[in-house]
Amino acid sequence: MGKLLRIQNLHKTFNKDTVNENKLFNGLSLHVRKGDFVTVIGSNGAGKSTLLNIISGTIPFDEGSIFLNGKDISNVPEYRISKLVGRVFQDPKMATSPSMTVLENMSMAWNKNKFFGLSWGIEKNKIKEIRNSLSKLSLGLENKLEVKVGLLSGGQRQAMALLMAAISNPCLLLLDEHMAALDPKTSEIIAQLTDKIVTESKITTLMVTHNLKQAITMGNRLIMMHRGRIVLDIEGEEKKSLTPERLMVLFSDKEKADMLSDRLMFA
Amino acid sequence: MIEGVLEQGFIFAIMALGVYITYKVLNFPDMSVDGTFPLGASVTAIMLVRGADPLFACVISIVAGMAAGLATGILHVKFRITNLLSGILVMLGLYSINLRIMGKSNTPLFTEKTIFSANVPSIVIIIGLALLVKVLLDIMFRTKFGFILKATGDNPNMVTTLGVDIGIIKIIGIMIANGIVALSGSIMAQYQRFSDVGMGTGVMVMGLASIIMGESVLKALPIRFGTSCALLGSLFYKGSIAAALKAGLPATDLRLVTSVIVITALVIYNGGLKMKFKWGFNLGGGKTVTHSKSA
Repeated sequence: MGKLLRIQNLHKTFNKDTVNENKLFNGLSLHVRKGDFVTVIGSNGAGKSTLLNIISGTIPFDEGSIFLNGKDISNVPEYRISKLVGRVFQDPKMATSPSMTVLENMSMAWNKNKFFGLSWGIEKNKIKEIRNSLSKLSLGLENKLEVKVGLLSGGQRQAMALLMAAISNPCLLLLDEHMAALDPKTSEIIAQLTDKIVTESKITTLMVTHNLKQAITMGNRLIMMHRGRIVLDIEGEEKKSLTPERLMVLFSDKEKADMLSDRLMFA
Repeated sequence: MIEGVLEQGFIFAIMALGVYITYKVLNFPDMSVDGTFPLGASVTAIMLVRGADPLFACVISIVAGMAAGLATGILHVKFRITNLLSGILVMLGLYSINLRIMGKSNTPLFTEKTIFSANVPSIVIIIGLALLVKVLLDIMFRTKFGFILKATGDNPNMVTTLGVDIGIIKIIGIMIANGIVALSGSIMAQYQRFSDVGMGTGVMVMGLASIIMGESVLKALPIRFGTSCALLGSLFYKGSIAAALKAGLPATDLRLVTSVIVITALVIYNGGLKMKFKWGFNLGGGKTVTHSKSA
């Protein structure tokens, strides 16, 4: 299968030429095949969220190239990239309009990549379709069409955000710790929903998570990042045989190796 | 007097509807309104003096207002100047532009034909126009574009994820708002048979005052406010100004009265009157645990 996402020789430095200079990516390359469901783990500051923000065009990068579906998206504005990409963020408030109703939000997501002109915002014949898709979330949202999204719980909002991101069949789905702000039970529900939505519609997905168990059980490929590098990239059977304990060992090995080189430097 | 209050109230209501789009929907405090109101008046005055059709003058005023809105929008979106400053800069420039349009600081309209020359009571014409603008806006807010406009003010990030350029939406919103304000200025000039470069001062604050007053009052009612609060608010606002004058305050105190009214409306809206004194310390012997069972 073809490569859907090709990141080549990516360079990114924050606060360049200042005392706070932070060189994050120094020639990072990542290829993702069409249909891959990649889980991304790594310590804080490893560059997971930055990577997702760079792909979606929110943060500019210094050097390198990113191809999505064969198109060079290096200098494309964020809103254009958004036409190809669906996103769910850690903060449930990010992906929905709080003072508008569930139905209004869903109608807008339904109209993604179409013209937002002067036809009615809510199309009567779409309401049933929207209700059906909401009922699949089994959170009772199908009976709350006229409720303002700001009044929903974080979990309900995040489930909606997931549905809204996937509805337009994007080439790529970017999930940035979208379960981190939820309680364990809701987090489990959203995890199942994610799995269901991604596998049903076969969307290529990058999912950042801190939950090692979810990182192993979900998806077909796992990437571990550390200090702007990909230090582990496994898939298939090898990934399935992983355990959280084994991952922790691998992870601390990497960290130790880094600490050692730091110590050598200062020795 | 009541009729005068209603007439002026509804003319200002049109302006308040424009301010509603920027201030309430787009969350953009647009100061250029203080310049587009007299812009509409100036364009109308000069066109009527030259014998143009009054309705055509209204349309051209709207176009002029939209052009000014475009300038504000571009300053903010493309040149990344803060929203408040973009509006102030355009307002400043419009003062000179209005002087250039009229050639002098004011233009009286003595015998020129206006929209009020028809054999219909002016109050009917004004209420008709105000309701027309309100209904058109209400319809717009129910369209896909209206949804995106609301979402842009509510959560711009979401609009970006929908693949829509928030910059363009903001610019269009500001253009519509300023077009409506210029229309209000045009009607005002024809109503008072007179256009003056200084007539825009404080217009934006009046618009805000109207919206906030409308919201404070309508908050108690179980209906959706929307554009109605701008409409009703301007009537309340004009009414309270008239009442203050009637009570014997000199016209020179008008600005102070406006300012006090806005403050009062804001205090009521923020629930400040319900404020209770809370002692931040314990006088001793009192319970420090709030839950009675664990005390």
